[in-house]
Amino acid sequence: MSEIALRPVVLPAPIPVRELLPWAVFGGLMLLMAIYFIGAEEGATSLMRGTYVHEFVHDGRHLLGFPCH
Amino acid sequence: MVGSLLLRGMLVGIMAGLLAFGFARVFGEPQVDHAIAFEEQQAQAAGEASEPELVSRSTQAGIGLLTGTLVYGASIGGLFALVFSYVQGRVSGFGPRGTAALIALAGFVVIILVPQFKYPANPPSVGNTETIEARTQLFFILLTVSILAAVASIGLAKRLASQYGTWNAWIAAAAAYLIVMASAEYALPPINEVPEQFSAAVLWDFRVASLGIQTVLWAAIGVLFGAVAERKLVDRRDGRPVASIAVR
Repeated sequence: MSEIALRPVVLPAPIPVRELLPWAVFGGLMLLMAIYFIGAEEGATSLMRGTYVHEFVHDGRHLLGFPCH
Repeated sequence: MVGSLLLRGMLVGIMAGLLAFGFARVFGEPQVDHAIAFEEQQAQAAGEASEPELVSRSTQAGIGLLTGTLVYGASIGGLFALVFSYVQGRVSGFGPRGTAALIALAGFVVIILVPQFKYPANPPSVGNTETIEARTQLFFILLTVSILAAVASIGLAKRLASQYGTWNAWIAAAAAYLIVMASAEYALPPINEVPEQFSAAVLWDFRVASLGIQTVLWAAIGVLFGAVAERKLVDRRDGRPVASIAVR
């Protein structure tokens, strides 16, 4: 029993910030853009003309809790 | 390592989005249909011509909803993986599965539950077109405040831990987060645009379904990503990390 209790906890080491940073900046930006198109495009702000994106993802936008008309 | 975790996070998010879509179809869509029926009934009573359909209802409730949940799931999954990459080994003393479960729980509370108490999900026909700008701004302001308050609270917990012990430090941090959020939600203007005759039961069912969809999504991401990350980070034969070893 004591062997089990004294066994050191082994955890994966942290990923260095300089390795993480480029992924976080570019990946994070792309992913936030994707959420913007699903959640807010053609609502309060529009990057494209018309209301097609808004109407197409309409149900998802309401059910995922984003503000909508 | 980060790239492969990011890819795995997005794939896990797509799977979670698929589950969320199934839940939304069964529990959410009936409420959307009730709300749209109410909207049309109101328009008819007011003598307005019904709006031309740019996208058919079956498309909105089918491929449109699927697109929404899959892209949302993939995005949340990817962001989840990025947060996990930073948190693992820094903030959390748990292994990959425990860390993923904790991030999912915290993410759900901070990004969904607490902001939704103030600005809950609304079915169609609730919400004026003229106020969409103000409502969108308030929604994202509250979301940002919640995320910043959570990050600050975690920083507080880390700082208090050495002096007061881990348990007390995290309780103090959680209390600090709740005080900040209660104050913010008290201070921000209320939004109530529910029409007088709108069914209270439909509104309740819609909001419960919306929270249910998010619960399914975050729970699935937390559990699945934990399993996937453990395979990537820990050698299954001897339970030791594959990449680098930190002994505590």
